Amino acid sequence: MNRLIREMRGAYAFVERNFNLIKRYWGWELVWLIYSLVNSLAVTYIGAGMERISGQALDTEYLITYLLVGTLIWQYLSVIFYAISEMIAWERWEGTIEYTFMAPVSRATHLVGTTLFAIGYGIIRTLIILAIVASFFHLDLGGANLSGAVLLLLAGSVSFVGLGILAAVLPLLYPERGAQMTNAAAAILLLISGVYYPVETLPGWLQTIASASPATYVIEGMRACLLHGEPTVTLLPTVFILIGVGIGVILIGLFVFRYVEAYAKRAGRLKRSG
Amino acid sequence: MNAHPLEIEGVRKVFTRKDRTKRQRPLERRKREVVVALKGIDLTIERGEIFGVLGPNGSGKSTLIRLVSTLLLPDSGRIRVFDHDVEHEPFAVKRLINRVSVDAAFFKKFSPIENLLYAARLYGLNAKKAREDMKRIMKRLGLKEETFNQPMEQMSRGMQQKVAVARGLLTSPILLLLDEPTTGLDPHSKRDVQKFVREIREIHDATVLLTTHDMEEADRLCDRIAIIDEGKIVALDTPDRLKRSVASPEGGKTTLEDVFLSLTGHRLEEEGE
Repeated sequence: MNRLIREMRGAYAFVERNFNLIKRYWGWELVWLIYSLVNSLAVTYIGAGMERISGQALDTEYLITYLLVGTLIWQYLSVIFYAISEMIAWERWEGTIEYTFMAPVSRATHLVGTTLFAIGYGIIRTLIILAIVASFFHLDLGGANLSGAVLLLLAGSVSFVGLGILAAVLPLLYPERGAQMTNAAAAILLLISGVYYPVETLPGWLQTIASASPATYVIEGMRACLLHGEPTVTLLPTVFILIGVGIGVILIGLFVFRYVEAYAKRAGRLKRSG
Repeated sequence: MNAHPLEIEGVRKVFTRKDRTKRQRPLERRKREVVVALKGIDLTIERGEIFGVLGPNGSGKSTLIRLVSTLLLPDSGRIRVFDHDVEHEPFAVKRLINRVSVDAAFFKKFSPIENLLYAARLYGLNAKKAREDMKRIMKRLGLKEETFNQPMEQMSRGMQQKVAVARGLLTSPILLLLDEPTTGLDPHSKRDVQKFVREIREIHDATVLLTTHDMEEADRLCDRIAIIDEGKIVALDTPDRLKRSVASPEGGKTTLEDVFLSLTGHRLEEEGE
């Protein structure tokens, strides 16, 4: 019981710390929110302008919703990915990494705290963007399966937690440039996961890689729910696959993290930098 | 608990790093340079001791502290904290120790209270009690109450270091590792911290491992001192016995500086690592 209370306090330390970081760096948060919002609007306006671009009659409302779903889901998943992958990067930037690694808190607890914060933060941020973007366009989600969409989104979050852990090892291995490397990983996921276009548009070899990205299934499933009202029961196999793959990726992530942490301690890479 | 607070046996630590001194052709693999930080360290610290490790920058003092703190793994040898092996039982060790280092690393935009509360939660402490304790410790260290909620980045180096000491003590460690805790402090702040280190031992029954290159500090605070140079312990004894072992070159009172010079052949200077 004592151990459980200690671990819960440890997990809450990361939730509170991340909340304080947002509070203290509110200007940067505002800038990033505006950037994400403008980005979502710009992408969605491509759908609105397609009739003019192509000179043909198109279902513009469908295109707008198609792109909006992609951009919002990507905003949410990438927030989770970045929030978790930055669990080490923040400590590097502030120079506190040795103090956190010296504390009697397990990496699993570290992860639980970071994940709880990331999911809460991701949901609030995405809802703000959705509310503002929705005011620019006429959205008809009358036939959408919203509960199925939420279920799918939560299942997809599990995989992104695992991918975030894998990306978090980069700042451990490369103190100076590790954090920037996570951007490359996020960009590859964006390219291959069908965020703004069907995966079938990609060359065959990229489609093969896309089939390994959890985001591909989340975004496809979300579009099926929100654009076509796909019932929850037909989504269940995808949900189970996403949860299964997610748990697998988390376990691999924890294993890799543990291995890299031991390497960093052997090679002296925890020492403060930056 | 009858075990020794710290036992170090034959510890050796080597680092490899890229040799950036030589020019490199495009696509040529940079050669790696081997740096032996510790060359077989043996020492045992008794309960309630303030044990000093005295040596110049780059002598291996901080590497030793990092090894005990579980932040580095030894290449060979064994380190035990109250009978717990730092490599195989890191969690048991982490619960018994804390560390204050020369670089008072904090979340710079957080206040002392926010930083200390983060540390308290990581150690599983009750937040309400931790808040009371941190305020008491910070006041005792001479920090004014109005600074408790001000961002760390607006505080002087001395004030930040006092918050770092408060963080180290908040978790009531029974082995406190102080890695040059007074470097860069003004004389008044230095005395405050040194006074508090003595109090920790007397009131909290803690054992202290202190690294420093300040001879006077080592002489004034430590029960025993190990002089370390180029990764080796060259002498280990009480300050008085160390001084008695060497005759002063000028015939006056022997200082630890004279001891260091006599044992290593060079002066203890503040060189960059």
